[in-house]
Amino acid sequence: MSESISVRVNGRPVTVRAGATVAVAVLASGTTCRTSVSGQPRSPLCGMGTCFECRVAINGVPQRRSCQVLCEANMEIEANG
Amino acid sequence: MDSVKHLRFDVIVVGAGPAGIAAALAAADSGKSVGLIDDNPTAGGQIWRGSQSAPRKSASSIWFNRLRKSAVQIIGGARVFHAANGELAAESDDSAIQITYGKLIIATGARELFLPFPGWTLPNVMGTGGLQALLKSGLEIAGKRVVIAGTGPLLLAVAAYARKCGAKVLGICEQTTRPRMVGFGMKMLLVRGKAPEVLRFAYDLRGIPHWTDCWPVAAFGNRRVESVRISRQGLTSEIECDYLACGFHLIPNSELPRMCGCRLQQGFVQVDEYQQTSVAGTFCAGEPTGIGGLELALAEGEIAGYAATNWEDRAKHLFAKRARYQKVVGILKDAFPLRPELKNLARPDTLVCRCEDVPHVRLCEHSSWRAAKLHARCGMGPCQGRVCAPAAEFLFGWEIDSVRPPVFPVRCSSLAAIRSHSAAPRN
Repeated sequence: MSESISVRVNGRPVTVRAGATVAVAVLASGTTCRTSVSGQPRSPLCGMGTCFECRVAINGVPQRRSCQVLCEANMEIEANG
Repeated sequence: MDSVKHLRFDVIVVGAGPAGIAAALAAADSGKSVGLIDDNPTAGGQIWRGSQSAPRKSASSIWFNRLRKSAVQIIGGARVFHAANGELAAESDDSAIQITYGKLIIATGARELFLPFPGWTLPNVMGTGGLQALLKSGLEIAGKRVVIAGTGPLLLAVAAYARKCGAKVLGICEQTTRPRMVGFGMKMLLVRGKAPEVLRFAYDLRGIPHWTDCWPVAAFGNRRVESVRISRQGLTSEIECDYLACGFHLIPNSELPRMCGCRLQQGFVQVDEYQQTSVAGTFCAGEPTGIGGLELALAEGEIAGYAATNWEDRAKHLFAKRARYQKVVGILKDAFPLRPELKNLARPDTLVCRCEDVPHVRLCEHSSWRAAKLHARCGMGPCQGRVCAPAAEFLFGWEIDSVRPPVFPVRCSSLAAIRSHSAAPRN
């Protein structure tokens, strides 16, 4: 479990442990996941893929549920877009 | 356009939590082809999330070892979005998947019930199961101040887990009454095999304040939660915190069984003694048939797996085990009924639908879930009402009746890919 993975969240490097989800990387970066339709910052609610609050863009693909995707080396994550 | 994978199984199991894993393994005993499909990237569901890589021997490791050695084909990271005419349609990251099957076992588990209160949309206010899932997925919480609130045994499990991860758990706010909570503990001690678990929680939670008749009234913070105001036996107080984990027990994931036409009673899938639903050849196991926890889910899963492969004798052997743990369903129901005060937490401007940002006041204008959807866009966002519909059901007493394919937002290319086949959505 000591293995770690480096990804980038909004261009800034973040290191998480192997097996961590993208949601964890976003939270670790200190930012929030998305901006709601009325402009509020949002972060994960359910942690299990049902609430869709943790949506971010991963490697250019928008609207991914970050709690359902495992981090891979050098992933580019855009949060709060 | 995405590629389409065509798969065919004698038995397909939807949901790779404990019930689904048990069902798939039991079905595979017959030598028939078995598929196990789940939205999550890895098997385990919520309760066994991340357990596959757990270094030490746990109850789950026996099941995971059996799964690894079995012929069960696991399809991870794939969402089932439609079911019709003996076929399932699913979508993974890179393809649409069409699955034909002989028998279907639904083991879609449960999710948390969330109730709106001012500030519940702030970042770092999350479900109790939500916090646990994130911790199991690698969230670092050492030294952080956490308040756990809501109702149900999950509060205790998550408080214990968060503490083990190094969090400062400031308190557990349980909305049920003290007598009900004590009764719950006593009754669970008497369920065979449960006493060690109850005592372990009591030990793990020592020193953490556990308040009954207590619930969150509002959360405050600038861009993330900084404090929570709680009502405790009629008095309010404020607690500064970094995380507020709040969930009001569990509700079944019944979208798929509803879409398959399975009969439900009071929100739960009706099954016969072999876990078969009202639809012949479609079985259901675990939380969608009644919230009863791990052991019941395992027993129901095995029964469903054996019954789906016409191995009734083996299924029958598990009836007594299932009956033993079925008691837990009633114990939970008695212990954690939601109190009416929780209906008054939302203010007019408190959002109920988090996808479309629909405030409570906009729902008060309507008299049904359907009207609220059509006129206020409540439940019309990507979660498709999975969060706000159960809340609206509790707040307004509305019947939530509509399930339409696709039950998950999918790529147009996935819809197009299955369009020419019978499983293509009609709506």
